This record gives sequence, C-alpha cells and structure tokens, in this order.
Amino acid sequence: MIEPLIEGFLRSDGRKGIRNVVAVAYLVECAHHVARRIVDKADDPDVHLIGFPGCYPNAYAAKVMEAIATHPNVGGMVIVSLGCESFDREGLREAVAASGRPVELLVIQQEGGTAATIEQGLAAVERVRAAAADTPRAPMRIDELVVGTICGGSDGTSGITANPAVGRAFDRLVAEGAICIFEETGELIGCETIMAERAITPELGRELEACVEKAERYYTIMGFGSFAAGNAEGGLTTLEEKSMGAYSKSGASPISGIVKPGDVPPSGGLYLLDVVPDGEPRFGFPNISDNAEIVELIACGAHLTLFTTGRGSVVGSAISPVIKVCANPDTARRLAADMDVNAGRILEGEATLDELGEEIYERVLATAAGERTVSEELGHREFILTYKAFEPIGPACLPAGAGRGA
Amino acid sequence: MSLPKLMLLHPDDNVMVSIAPIGAGDRLPVDGAELSAAESVAVGHKLARRPIAPGERILKYGAPIGSATRAIAPGEWVHAHNMKSDYIPTHDRQTVTGAPK
Repeated sequence: MIEPLIEGFLRSDGRKGIRNVVAVAYLVECAHHVARRIVDKADDPDVHLIGFPGCYPNAYAAKVMEAIATHPNVGGMVIVSLGCESFDREGLREAVAASGRPVELLVIQQEGGTAATIEQGLAAVERVRAAAADTPRAPMRIDELVVGTICGGSDGTSGITANPAVGRAFDRLVAEGAICIFEETGELIGCETIMAERAITPELGRELEACVEKAERYYTIMGFGSFAAGNAEGGLTTLEEKSMGAYSKSGASPISGIVKPGDVPPSGGLYLLDVVPDGEPRFGFPNISDNAEIVELIACGAHLTLFTTGRGSVVGSAISPVIKVCANPDTARRLAADMDVNAGRILEGEATLDELGEEIYERVLATAAGERTVSEELGHREFILTYKAFEPIGPACLPAGAGRGA
Repeated sequence: MSLPKLMLLHPDDNVMVSIAPIGAGDRLPVDGAELSAAESVAVGHKLARRPIAPGERILKYGAPIGSATRAIAPGEWVHAHNMKSDYIPTHDRQTVTGAPK
C-alpha cells in the first residue's frame, strides 16, 4: 500500500493534477498577440499561454490541443480566436466544458478588435481563475503520476551521467506503479534491437523496431538526423552514438507499450512515445525543437518532465513543470541558476548514479507536491504546437494487460 | 590520488570517454599500462583505447556508434575527422550555408 503524499487537483474524469493552470490559447498566429497580452497583463504564474499558429485545419493539432486543454494540470481555459481560422473553436470549447472545467471563448472579430479583446480576455481569465480555484483536492499516489523524459543539448557526458540517472529514477517510479514515458524515436536509431528485447510481447517488440525504422526513413528524406552542431562540439560524433546515450533515460524496466501524441497510456509502466509522423514527410521535421516534444509528452498526460542536458538548455514548459538535470559538471557550474539537479557530480567522484537516481526521484515527488522547479521560478513557459500527421496506433502497441493491472 | 580522466563504458569498447580535460602528452592509465594522449581531448569526447583500422566499427557502450574513416592510433582523439555514422551523416552549422569552417 502506497501512502498518499501529494494533494492533487481532482478532475471530473478522476485524474488528478499537480498544478491548477488557467490556459489561454490562441488558435491561429493572428490571435497570438492578443492572447499574449492577456497573459502578460494577468501576471500570474499559473496563467499560461499556449496556442497553434496555423490557419489550415490539422487533426493532430486539434487532438493535442484538446488533450492539453483537458490535462489534469489544467483548471480552466480562455480560448482566443481571430474568427476566420479553421480551428474548430466551438468543438474545443465544448470538450473543455464537458470535462467540467470553466472555459470562455473570445473571437477578436466579434469582440471589437485587439484592445477590446484584451480587456474582455482579462475579465474572462479572472472568472475562469476564480472558478478553477474551487477545484477539489484529493490525495494523489505515485501510481497516479505520469512522468515524461527528454534530452536537449546533449553532449558526451549526457549518456554517462544525467541520462542513466534518470533511467534509475524511471525504474523506481515504474516499480511503484507510475506511468513513465520516453520518446524521440529519431534519437533511438541504432538502439532498435536492444530496445525490442525489452518489450512485454514479441509483437510489441516488432512495433518498437518498426517505429525506429520509420524514424530513420523520415529523417533520411529530410536530409538531417536529430543531431545539432552543439552535440558534436560536446563530443558526440554520430547520431547512433547520441542515441545510445539518449536511450539510457528509459532505464531497465520492461516496455509496456507505444503511444502517439495525445494518447494517454492505460496503466502504470514504461511507454515509448512515437513522435515521428506516419506516411510521407509532409509538414517538416518531427521535432523542430525540444519544446515540441515536451508538448507531446504533456498531451500524453505527463504531469512533469525530466529534462537532461549536457550543453545546457534553459527551457521549461507551459502546463507541466520541467525538472532540469545537468549532465556536464562545467555546464552545471556555468548555468547553475538554471538547473535543478547536477548529475555532473558523478564525473567528479562526488556522487554515484544510484544516488543521483534517488535525488531525481525525490525532486519528482517534491515537484508533484507543489514545489516550484527552477524553470518555473524563472518564468519559463515555452509551448510549440505545429502541423503533423499520424495514423492511430496498431493493436500490438498496447498489449492487453499492459502495466500494473497485468 | 587524482581522479581518473577516462571512463571505459563497456569491456568491448575500442574508445574511452574523457571525464576531465586531457592535455597532449598526458600519461593515462589504460588496461594496466600507460597510454600517451596524442592531443588534447575535451570532456565528453572520445579517445582511442587500441589501434583501429580504417572501416572498423567504433564501439562505445558495447555498441557500434559508427566506423573509422582512417587508421586511428591508441591515444588519438576520435571524432568526425576520423569516423562517421553508419546511419544518417552528421551535419554542422556550416552544412547549409557552405561557409568555410
């Protein structure tokens, strides 16, 4: 029996959040300025700006936006539409209302323009915030937590300090019934065989290999692998070398399934999030930058994200806190004020991988219990959502009985 | 006793990872003998543990991470100048601008 330790925000679907954010969403770039001004003027660390820039409709963007609007960390929403874009604003409003959350929709062309909508929007945020404040609290267990992981600005230390340390934390969280999600199949190229051996069924193992093959094909057509100049400056020479380091974030637990952006894993266990679009490349790179993947992890229910970095990323995220784990001891000194955990201590003989894994696990629980992460304190609220195309996951991706119910 | 400057990640590996700045000529204990660093190697970068032939797989974490593009002597820095990916070629900031490095 796991003792309750977190006071979650209880949502009508039974899920619990670790934050109670009011999301202000623009549905096209033309509404971005108005939405940003509303958020700036609200000046509240729990009022976050999210949005989608495109004017053309996209099923993926609609699914991710709805998943985030009804994410357990979200207490209510203010939607800002220009008026002529294709995003289904009424559908989004209805989905949020049906989830029991306060929601208001503002259409700039109907409200009377920029200044009028900003003024109306501020009043709407005030009403939504007041309603969201009445959200009931309930004890939340570790096996109700969803934790994602991502690496950004990796270097040659990432794969020997921060990434395996996150893997240790993941192993403990999975053992205690949490849902843990790793991702970025483009950075698992070269690891497909060893990864497939960890699948809970042979069919899932073949799907894991197929995921990575898809990623390799996609990135080959795009002309560049998921590899940045700074990776090489930090000692990583090839994509498959970067992959081996990135892969270690997943720890050693069996892999229970594959999800795609917007799918919430059914029960506790370790899951791979397939972020590479299906079919021929249509809209560009699968991960234009790290926050696009963080948004997808959140759309899969992640309450918080463990972000490992060697070169030194400074980002956070809207909606779900980011815990930054620094791999490189020099970076940890240079960017100390941006990091939550210094895993570089491993290289200086000051800590072991197991100790760091434990420290990360403790940070997860403290953050879930309400403590603000460094990026939250610094006001980082990055959010990117762009165009993609996906097919639904196949039947072998979530074997029956996956996770703790097995 | 000073801290080690190199980490061996897997017994099969033919490269080791620098975990503290290495200077040219540094004497490094490797496999019970002493290896001389051929050049400086920054933290996170790789150094050859044994002779590597052109075309030979580079092994790190016990797994292939690419192939040697020329002969590499023990103690040499191993990076884009002497190895390449067996999957998608590595790019840098000059790849699309064509600017001289």
